[in-house]
Amino acid sequence: MATLKEVKTKIGAVKKTKQITKAMNMVAASRLRGAQTNMDGFRPYAEKFAEVLGGLSGRAGEETSPLLLPHEEVIKKHIILCTSDRGLCGGFNAHLISKADSFIKEAGEDIEFSVTNFGKKGRDWCRKKQIPIKSEHIEVIGTVIKFNIASTVGKGLIDGFLNGEYDEVYVVYSEFVSMGRQVATIKQLLPIPPMESDEDEAEDQDKPYLAEHICEPSPDELLGELLPRSVYVQLYGALLETSTSEHAARMMAMDNASKACDDMIDNLTLAYNKARQASITAELMDIVGGAEALKG
Amino acid sequence: MAGNITLEVVTPEKVVVSEEVQIAVAPGSLGEFGVLIGHTTFLTTLKTGTIHYTGADGGQKYIFASGGFAEALPDKLTVLAESAEMRRDIDTGRAKSAMERAQKRLEKETEDIDFARAKAALERAIHRIRLAETRQ
Repeated sequence: MATLKEVKTKIGAVKKTKQITKAMNMVAASRLRGAQTNMDGFRPYAEKFAEVLGGLSGRAGEETSPLLLPHEEVIKKHIILCTSDRGLCGGFNAHLISKADSFIKEAGEDIEFSVTNFGKKGRDWCRKKQIPIKSEHIEVIGTVIKFNIASTVGKGLIDGFLNGEYDEVYVVYSEFVSMGRQVATIKQLLPIPPMESDEDEAEDQDKPYLAEHICEPSPDELLGELLPRSVYVQLYGALLETSTSEHAARMMAMDNASKACDDMIDNLTLAYNKARQASITAELMDIVGGAEALKG
Repeated sequence: MAGNITLEVVTPEKVVVSEEVQIAVAPGSLGEFGVLIGHTTFLTTLKTGTIHYTGADGGQKYIFASGGFAEALPDKLTVLAESAEMRRDIDTGRAKSAMERAQKRLEKETEDIDFARAKAALERAIHRIRLAETRQ
């Protein structure tokens, strides 16, 4: 059995760890609130945008935009990997990275991959794996994200797609389902996948009134304006979700750590009390033994 | 026609304005247009510039907006912009430094893509500054 002093030091150490995890938990909680506010602020824009785009694409006739057309040969795929900059958030980064990893493995040897990194963890992984990194953006995820980051990066992607640098572009991000659940997700950004959103509903609701819209300039030109922007919107949404997920994941991880600390403190306190009791008993035995010896 | 319409100006970061207004005027890419109640349904892209409107109480207000488009319905005007802010919220210092940056970049005249971007940035900065100067 460990000596009293050792156990006592250990308890002190665990208590200090708990203070740290608790503080991190609270920091993550407040950042999470901020991130959720950002997400809420983005939602009206995203919804309206999807509605208008959906209505327009129904009207614009034959698909003319090169952003919608798949490349004939798909050799060069590009991944935007969103991870966090810092650790201590449970399996958050591991999930995202394994998602990207399995995607790359499934594609086989013939496909050339390149990445754009958001977040240090993903970048470090790409460096280790020697996957060419086109650009990296550190200290974006987890902060207040500005839309111009998404539009700058999105512009680069679109240019790359149009001039043949990439044949397909995907984003790997963490979908924020709830506080306790964040799902690593992969989504195709380019070529823009055909709209899948509730076809039936769209036909019932949007078309009757959108069909009467006067468009300035023509619907096709409008669509040409909006499609690149839809890529930015998707990307921005992915960044916001990842950011929110990171804070939620860290909060949960720190919560669990604090609980584990509590358990450890309980066990150690028990051990400490046992050890103390044992030493008292031993001392008593000594005294009693000594007294007996004197009597004799 | 009597009655108010709802004006909503939304950016990816927040809802800038959502209120009842008498009239709203926005800079469409093919020309400025005003929206009163009963406007025909209408969809257009917007130029970088100023949206101004008369609130339900009769006060004139101004919003800077860039990179957006607008949808008019009989009782509502929705503006989706990449960036937008009320006139009182414009950061003149930031706009001025953005203008200087853009001008410097334009002087260098390197690649075409940078040129377009710098030009857009310059335009935004100039519009912001001009609008900010009209406030007392």
